[in-house]
Amino acid sequence: MEKSLIIRDLHVNVEDKEILKGLSLELEKGKVHAVMGPNGSGKSTLSYALAGHPNYEVTGGEVLFNGQDVLEMGADERAQLGIFLAFQYPMSIPGVSMANFLRTAVNSVRKARDEKPMRVPDFRKMLNEKMSVLKMDRSFAGRYLNEGFSGGEKKRAEILQMAMLEPKVAILDETDSGLDIDALRIVSEGVNALRNPDTSVLIITHYQRILNYVKPDYVHVLVDGRIVTSGGPELALELEEKGYDWVREQFAVPA
Amino acid sequence: MAITEDQLRQEQEQYKYGFSDPENYVFKSKRGLSAEVVEEISYMKGEPDWMRDFRLKSLKHYNKRPMPQWGGGGLLNEIDFDNIYYYVKPSDRAENSWEDVPDYIKDTFDKLGIPEAEKKFLAGVGAQYESEVIYHNLQKDLEAQGVIFLDTDSALKQYPELFKKYFGTIIPPNDNKFAALNSAVWSGGSFIYVPEGVKIELPLQAYFRINAENMGQFERTLIIADKGSQVHYVEGCTAPTYSTDSLHSAVVEIVALEGSRVRYTTIQNWSKNVYNLVTKRAAAYKDATMEWVDGNLGSKLTMKYPAIYLMEPGAKGEILSVAFAGHGQHQDAGGKVVHVAPHTTSTITSKSISKEDGRSSYRGLLKVHPEAEFSKSNVRCDALLLHENSRTDTYPYIEIENDRVDIGHEATVSKVGEEQLFYLMSRGVSEAEAYSMIVTGFIEPIAKELPMEYAVELNRLIQLEMEGSVG
Ligand SMILES: Nc1ncnc2c1ncn2[C@@H]1O[C@H](COP(=O)(O)OP(=O)(O)O)[C@@H](O)[C@H]1O
Ligand SMILES: [Mg+2]
Repeated sequence: MEKSLIIRDLHVNVEDKEILKGLSLELEKGKVHAVMGPNGSGKSTLSYALAGHPNYEVTGGEVLFNGQDVLEMGADERAQLGIFLAFQYPMSIPGVSMANFLRTAVNSVRKARDEKPMRVPDFRKMLNEKMSVLKMDRSFAGRYLNEGFSGGEKKRAEILQMAMLEPKVAILDETDSGLDIDALRIVSEGVNALRNPDTSVLIITHYQRILNYVKPDYVHVLVDGRIVTSGGPELALELEEKGYDWVREQFAVPA
Repeated sequence: MAITEDQLRQEQEQYKYGFSDPENYVFKSKRGLSAEVVEEISYMKGEPDWMRDFRLKSLKHYNKRPMPQWGGGGLLNEIDFDNIYYYVKPSDRAENSWEDVPDYIKDTFDKLGIPEAEKKFLAGVGAQYESEVIYHNLQKDLEAQGVIFLDTDSALKQYPELFKKYFGTIIPPNDNKFAALNSAVWSGGSFIYVPEGVKIELPLQAYFRINAENMGQFERTLIIADKGSQVHYVEGCTAPTYSTDSLHSAVVEIVALEGSRVRYTTIQNWSKNVYNLVTKRAAAYKDATMEWVDGNLGSKLTMKYPAIYLMEPGAKGEILSVAFAGHGQHQDAGGKVVHVAPHTTSTITSKSISKEDGRSSYRGLLKVHPEAEFSKSNVRCDALLLHENSRTDTYPYIEIENDRVDIGHEATVSKVGEEQLFYLMSRGVSEAEAYSMIVTGFIEPIAKELPMEYAVELNRLIQLEMEGSVG
């Protein structure tokens, strides 16, 4: 199976404290991987480190995207390659409309790939299509980025950005948390619509719930900065039933 | 987002108005200021006695007053007033056809895009080069409706009564040291009269250009909006980049009579060696609306606080101010509103951005007289700091002399956050572009008040300032 992203023995410090302690994970093209783990296990640290947050200091290991080392790259370059992170807590940017922001982002990515900027009418059309998949009102495009958005709106806006940027590796950091059932269904449809043979999806979650809507091919369990076990979709159900303490005991991770 | 990185790169040179022309002038006063220089200016202009006396009296006020020590943080003491040329006359008269403007000046304004703008979206244009207005033109239909749009010197000759009735009434010469200086050596500027009920839809624009080194530009603008009339006046300013300093010290007086509506927009982009010390004040009468939109970029030091006196019930005032202080710059800006009459309303919105060691200050005065019951005012100032060594200060003076008023005041200081930058960059946007998006978003509440062309210009100027700020 062809791999899109290979993470080997990744060590990451946050404020001089080691959070990821030798994490390894390989994502396959066209597949959905779920990473499940308890609070504080390092799920967001993994997603920030992959996206290139400057405060997440990589002290060891490697991350290859289609064979290319990304650890020396800035966040913008990684995004231009096709790595996308849907944030657990998206930032608001006052005064910058969704539409303007997305157009700048889409064109930055296109430019890095030596493609021409998108024409405004084409961009509008694409934006409208993606928004209707996510059942977002047209007026959303004119609103300032995440400014005054409800929790659910923010998550939907993240998925909209993902849909517009058409990434090769899409990382969703607890996109399901705080969503009611209807919103979860809509967001999941958005993710499913993105699935294609070329794209890997990494769903990071605390709960099994979203995996009823976005069926994972693989499930990995993250405890205390390491992937301690991996399996198929059934692993998620087992976890849900037995809880993270069971994993800790099973894999002898100190609580 | 108006501009791509490519376009920015093309405009790499930080200040594209930094070119200068060879000097080829009809007259240039000698350096420094004296009664003799003032008399000479008045004589060259062939002014009536009252104006010469007004100038000389103003010079006395100027000499008597100490240099203000607030605001400029001592920078004012660095100005070498004896080294400045107070009057430079580039050509003999204000033309009303671009064809007749001397070639080298026309080229300058061509480069600045003025004639083109006039064709596209302006009702009239004035262009001042050094001390004199060299071009002035107004659409014929407005002329036919009795609108006057002239350089201030010509207005003094052609409309002496109207001129004398209002000149110096809003800002008397002894108002402050720089108003006194302007009153002594003023030259050029715009004079506008809009007759009763006439509404000018498109903006009138004046463009001010300093060319000579050590030049002092002291234009004087007077706008009178008669009952129920409407006008939007826009000024733009640039100067070449010299190693020594130039001085720009204007006075702008506005009379908004009953039911009129005046908007005055400034997009100034002085080079970083210009001291910009301007006094602007408007009086708004019954049910009139006065709006100052003030975009302050460039200059070494700007001290500018557009003021509105709300003289009669129903008068409204609004001040929108944007200031951008880059490396080595100090923008001391803000606004003043004085509620003289009851049932008057005002808002002040100030947005300042400080980059690198740039310093911006909000300085505001809100005064409500005892008679001004049932007045309402809202003041909001937001500062954005781009770097660790950027600085901002707020000096909001509020003097309320009665209880039956509704006053709101809010001030915020924010830093461009790492998390915001990371969020934008994680979408493929470069760091420079992420910064400029945040800044553009920050001033959006003001940019959206401007006609499209000016909003684009303001955003473009800010993006140019942002270029190279990353590090
Ligand atoms: N910016 C940060 N500053 C300090 N500690 C942090 C920061 N981010 C994460 N941590 C710490 O790292 C650990 C893992 O956090 P995180 O990756 O957010 O876990 P999860 O997303 O799995 O809940 C926690 O102990 C948390 O306190
Ligand atoms: Mg998390």
